[in-house]
Amino acid sequence: MPAADAVDQQARFPHEALTAMRRAGLLGAAIPRAFGGRGAPFSDIVAACYELGQGCANAAMVFAMHQIQIASLVRHATGSAWHRDFLARIAAEQLLIASVTTEAGSGGDVRRSECAVQTASGQISVAKAGCVISYADQADALLITARRAPESDAGDQVAVLARREQCMLDPVAQWDTLGMRGTCSRSYSLSVAADPAQVLPDSYATISAQTMLPVSHITWSAAWLGIASAACQRARRTVRRRAVPGGAAPAGSLRLTQALAQLQALRSQVGDATRRFEAADSDVDALHSIAFALRMNQLKLTVSTGVVQVIGEAMLASGLAGYRNDGDGSLGRHLRDAHSAALMIGNDRIMANCAALVSGYRGEEELFP
Amino acid sequence: MSDLTDVQTIEDEIFEILDGVVRLRAQPRPLEPSDDLYAAGLSSLATVDLMLAIEDRFGIEFTTEWLNRRTFSSVAMLRQAVVALKENAP
Repeated sequence: MPAADAVDQQARFPHEALTAMRRAGLLGAAIPRAFGGRGAPFSDIVAACYELGQGCANAAMVFAMHQIQIASLVRHATGSAWHRDFLARIAAEQLLIASVTTEAGSGGDVRRSECAVQTASGQISVAKAGCVISYADQADALLITARRAPESDAGDQVAVLARREQCMLDPVAQWDTLGMRGTCSRSYSLSVAADPAQVLPDSYATISAQTMLPVSHITWSAAWLGIASAACQRARRTVRRRAVPGGAAPAGSLRLTQALAQLQALRSQVGDATRRFEAADSDVDALHSIAFALRMNQLKLTVSTGVVQVIGEAMLASGLAGYRNDGDGSLGRHLRDAHSAALMIGNDRIMANCAALVSGYRGEEELFP
Repeated sequence: MSDLTDVQTIEDEIFEILDGVVRLRAQPRPLEPSDDLYAAGLSSLATVDLMLAIEDRFGIEFTTEWLNRRTFSSVAMLRQAVVALKENAP
């Protein structure tokens, strides 16, 4: 993607990529045909994240994050007339959806909210402080979590789909990071006024476990894998240039082999998790099982740390050609973008969640469940 | 370990576990055996605690057949699981 370097240098939104996505109808691809979308299967969306990740990590992550919201609407909101209509609008106008699941008071735990849905004169409102929102300025709508009502527990949450015009956003901090600089994941204070019909019918507990968690981890992992794949392709070209026909394997060949071996293992993980999610479909028992939750969390943990290792090996294979910032062998942007994977959604928190569940894990007897 | 001849005792013990080990949110009225525990605030993490406490209290181990959302959806369902697992214990 030609603009990828500019997006990185300027820490700006990847406008060019989004324009191309809209032209290709990609933002509505996962919406069922009945609502004007392409009805694309989940594996197609995952493959798209992988391909986009090879060109520009930021474009891939924006696409992935948008698809998480689409999946949530398609799987949990088609019982509501308002959301059916809005899905049709998304497909027709190629609207971009962002999410607002974090909050200053909850410390990164998306399954707890401080803010609550207030009701007055038949309208609802939510005021949420210190939320991290990616591409808020470019989003056409936002999926916002909050406690169901002022008297509700922290974990008793709902999700509201609000149009951008219904939201007041006050930026609190800039997004100037080592990598993933184009997602514009700034902190905001948010207040929204909307219609009660805009609250999704299913509880956020349901949406999170059955859809947001698996879709997030699989699509992000595919995007990160795309970055690593592109890095290996560049390293391969660099190593290839050193090859002398009839001579010994060129310098860097061993490192490149290791990088590719690990890349292949990570690709298998993403493929397996994708098939597992598609097989679970709407089987509530399967989706809520400890085995499934652990599997989806483990995918994120493994791929997020794995891609940094793969690109590190690719860098060693490339030598200076990879270390310099100019030239087509440069791997700096790839490495910097890959480092976001373990941080932007913190691995330590995910590991703690897994640890709390693992006593209930009964294992899998079959090799091919 | 518990005497299984009285079905009422098993449900009482499960309610005890719910009060002690697993903290559901404050209920408007006392829970009935058929009430939906998830609607009452049972989280996935709390489900693990509940499972471990029941295994320890009744000396059973949940098999994969009984380890699902349906089993933990109410005290009555949990009582069924305890009885079945105790009968089939090696």
